[in-house]
Amino acid sequence: MLEAVLVMALGAVVLGAALGYAAVRFKVEGDPLVEKIDAILPQTQCGQCGYPGCKPYAQAVAKGEAEINCCPPGGEEGIRKLADLLGREFKPLSAEHGIEKPKSIAFIDEQNCIGCTLCIQACPVDAIVGAAKQMHTIIATDCTGCELCVAPCPVDCIAMVPVQETVETWTWKYPVFGIAAK
Amino acid sequence: MLENSPYVLQPASVRSVMFRVLVALLPGIAAYVWFFGAAILVQLALCSIAALAGEWAMLALRRKPAWLFLSDGSALVTAWLIALTFPPIAPWWLGVAATLFAIVVIKHLYGGLGQNPFNPAMAAYCLMIVAYPQIISQWPAVGFTDFAAQWTAIFGGAERHLDAIVMATPLDALRTTLHTADARATVAGILGSHATFGNIGGRGWEWVALGYLFGGIWLIQQRVITWHIPAAFLGTLVVIAGIASSLNPATYAGPVFQAFTGGAMLCAFFIATDPVSGATTPRGKLIFAAGIALLTWIIRTFGAYPDGIAFATLLMNLCVPLIDMKTQPPVFGHKKGSDQ
Amino acid sequence: MKSLAQLFSFKGGVKPASHKVESADCPIRPAPMPARLIVPLRQSAGHTAQCLVEVGQKVQKGQMIGAAEGVFSSATHAPTSGTVVAVGPEAVPHPSGLAAPCVVIETDGEDRWGERTPLDWRGGDPEVLRGFIRDAGIVGLGGATFPSHIKLKPGAAGEFGGRIPTLVINGAECEPWITCDDRLMRERAEGILRGAAIMRHLVGAEKIIVGIEDNKPQAVAAMRAAAAALGEAQLDVVAVPTRYPAGGEKQLIRVLTGIEIPYGKLGTQFGVQCFNVGTAYAIHRAVEHGEPLISRLLTLTGNVARPGNYEVLIGTPIETLLPLAEPRADTNGYLMGGPMMGFTLPRLDVPVVKSSNCVIAASPALFPQAPPEMPCIRCGACARACPAELQPFELYWHSRAKNFGKAQEYHIFDCIECGCCSYVCPSRIRLVDYFRFAKSSIRAREREKSAADLARERYEFRLARDEREKQEKAAKLAAKAAETKAKLAAQAAATTAAADDASGEAQKLGAGGTASEPADDPKKALIAAAMARAQAQKAASHPENTEALNPEVQAEIQDIEARRAKLRETAKAAQPQDNN
Repeated sequence: MLEAVLVMALGAVVLGAALGYAAVRFKVEGDPLVEKIDAILPQTQCGQCGYPGCKPYAQAVAKGEAEINCCPPGGEEGIRKLADLLGREFKPLSAEHGIEKPKSIAFIDEQNCIGCTLCIQACPVDAIVGAAKQMHTIIATDCTGCELCVAPCPVDCIAMVPVQETVETWTWKYPVFGIAAK
Repeated sequence: MLENSPYVLQPASVRSVMFRVLVALLPGIAAYVWFFGAAILVQLALCSIAALAGEWAMLALRRKPAWLFLSDGSALVTAWLIALTFPPIAPWWLGVAATLFAIVVIKHLYGGLGQNPFNPAMAAYCLMIVAYPQIISQWPAVGFTDFAAQWTAIFGGAERHLDAIVMATPLDALRTTLHTADARATVAGILGSHATFGNIGGRGWEWVALGYLFGGIWLIQQRVITWHIPAAFLGTLVVIAGIASSLNPATYAGPVFQAFTGGAMLCAFFIATDPVSGATTPRGKLIFAAGIALLTWIIRTFGAYPDGIAFATLLMNLCVPLIDMKTQPPVFGHKKGSDQ
Repeated sequence: MKSLAQLFSFKGGVKPASHKVESADCPIRPAPMPARLIVPLRQSAGHTAQCLVEVGQKVQKGQMIGAAEGVFSSATHAPTSGTVVAVGPEAVPHPSGLAAPCVVIETDGEDRWGERTPLDWRGGDPEVLRGFIRDAGIVGLGGATFPSHIKLKPGAAGEFGGRIPTLVINGAECEPWITCDDRLMRERAEGILRGAAIMRHLVGAEKIIVGIEDNKPQAVAAMRAAAAALGEAQLDVVAVPTRYPAGGEKQLIRVLTGIEIPYGKLGTQFGVQCFNVGTAYAIHRAVEHGEPLISRLLTLTGNVARPGNYEVLIGTPIETLLPLAEPRADTNGYLMGGPMMGFTLPRLDVPVVKSSNCVIAASPALFPQAPPEMPCIRCGACARACPAELQPFELYWHSRAKNFGKAQEYHIFDCIECGCCSYVCPSRIRLVDYFRFAKSSIRAREREKSAADLARERYEFRLARDEREKQEKAAKLAAKAAETKAKLAAQAAATTAAADDASGEAQKLGAGGTASEPADDPKKALIAAAMARAQAQKAASHPENTEALNPEVQAEIQDIEARRAKLRETAKAAQPQDNN
């Protein structure tokens, strides 16, 4: 009896020591998880998640402070990827953070722009050019569609325009064929 | 019209592939009937019915279009291979149970056509040889073609009297005699001890094997199978057996005997060449078939079972993903030397 | 006939029914002039051309209406004389059925040429000749529409001595049904070879090999006769075995030279380039006759009463061509291109473009319904048929599972979408459809990812800049405060030293930052003086007539001035960072 207990105890000690050593020896520096989460996030920097940008949200998710379903631009696919990465349960997009919309970019109605620069200050990715009392315009290729410039505009001259599919961006659809497919 | 290009298709189908395999088995079956009687035809019919029934039941359960899959012929190929690897005078339920196991468990529970990692016929054979080793060693004697007696053997139940008609196969005889530590036993002595062990692979059996060889060559000519697996299998078996028997002809049977006895020829052209559970790359096929041949020879020579093809095939099936991954052929423009 | 070239072969390939006889003996005829031409601005694999015309403008035949945008682009021209009636998105021949920017020209029926200036190519600068070819809108007419001037640029001097030693002219035309290249070679062999000679001159090629599938003996004979008449040295017309896709660029180069060009590499790096016979002919017309690429040959065939080969102006709507061939009543759709790699035309008002080589009327008898798809049995028929030597069934598993990383590991981008795998598959799996889906999805994801990376970079840069600005502001304020204090202390020290002998203490106190009793008065005086100075400076630096303004305007101006200053600062701060 005593022998068995001793043997088991010895086993526990040896294994514990081995695990402890491995934890020290193979410690991973930094926090690659945040980088991985950040890579999944769409980088619109829109703040709809309640954090000031994608990176802060990634940090919050990594710490377990935030849910994975707070990112409307990432959509369902993004939530699925986060669920896969973190081993958490998939949840539908949380309605309080917004709804999934087709990808849009901002458009400034140049007739109405008064050149107040408020949108320039709001843009997280510097995708608006212009100066005080000068007409502003969006750099379409840099715009992430975060909508942060829409609210500050005093004359409501910024509209979100859905991105149209073109011959260059069109993709072949997933094949659906035959009755015999599994 | 088709939705996308190509808008024209070659007239090929799974059905035509499978039925050509069945046709290629016919010469071997003919020789079988000639030497060992019509019992094998009964077994083929039993297994075919069992296979189709099992297939139909599983397709219905899985809500798949029944006729499309029933008519693809893949279940029949499995059934025929099972029938051809079991003794023709085995009781009727043996082949039926084996076929149902192959179709239901090995094929459909793994996802149906194209999804099974193991050769269904060989998995069923392994199950049965482990469960009923006695029955599977009851092979008919050559020249015993009395159909009534065979019928009784198959359907007779408890009244099976087999003593008169059963004998061991040459492989079985070799194994048992050499393993009983009879120090004086030699391969030549054992094979020469009985008239039916004579000739090349055991009287009668070499003709069946020759029939399979003809059918197999026709399959290669039809481009249903490639030369890689049969060549590598037979080549490896012959080389290993040749080396061993030249070192000690008393203990190790010769290469021609090995190639023409047991299930070797059937394995080379019909079992190892099953595309679903076999390797797919050209180099992979060579490795895969050589592995089966090596394991077959080892099991035949040192193992406890008379023939090793089933276990060898299953063991190599396990290695297929690794073999395929490691033997991916170079892609156009990415070959050694042309890559920058 | 004996050929000088040793032939190689490519692996795989299939032999579908060729269906060339239907239209092979129909001579080239000009298609009638339509009322409207729709000329897409993007007719090359490169960037969309920049539109040079506006609505209402009169154009002449051959006038450039779209200029090449950058190096990887090609020009487009008015195919006939007329008036521009619209510039904007119109449906183009593409499997998506989407619209793209086009110039719509109402033809005036006069077919009046603008100025045609041939180029003396023998003496001139090769760069000028390449520019000429770009501005003539010459792109690969085999179907890929890759801008030809890019392919005609030899590599650096180290690679093959700044030349492209071998020029392959592709007359294989391996797709079933299509015969326009066959007719071109039979009827205009000399033009093709003259074009090839121009290209040879441009890249310094030693030899020209014309590859033609051996099911076109008349084309081979015509080309050989023309070659003999022209007397070009080192020009071989070679009949290659008929096996689809022998006309694939990489496959033909492999057959004729033994060289294998991997995905993503230009033939130039391997000392060989391949051009379609139509491209060679177009270069001849452009350089020696000054006619830009405004028409092409097109085969009308399939389920029609009168198949034929037509010379069609670019921009001609397909629907105006169909009556020429008289499609039969059971026609249930039209294909553009061949049956192996073509696509179903989603609509018929789309124009003929530079890549359109064939329109096939489809019928249930010619192109039957898809048989049901069965599971893959890994039989390897696709791998044996694949000319790119891929393992299509492996790619199929990964594409189907949307496991794109694995698909790329198995070289999915080396797939040329020739359709051989789908053609041979006994399970009738539409393998190429899965590959097209996977490839376009991977490309879309890469676009998305690079957009996200760009956004992240810009956002992080902005954060860093905000942070730095904050620090710089703080530092500036701190420096100013310190300066003021130091000045103050010095002044205080001077006054107190003159007045009494408590200098050391006051200096210390002043430098310490606490206002001491004796330093108080001079500090106030200093502030007053500074304010007066500032006032004076302000008055001096604002010569504008702003005195009479009301206070609100004044406030606004000041506000703006402040923001301007801030922006200037921002710009200054951003400058050095941008250089990194």
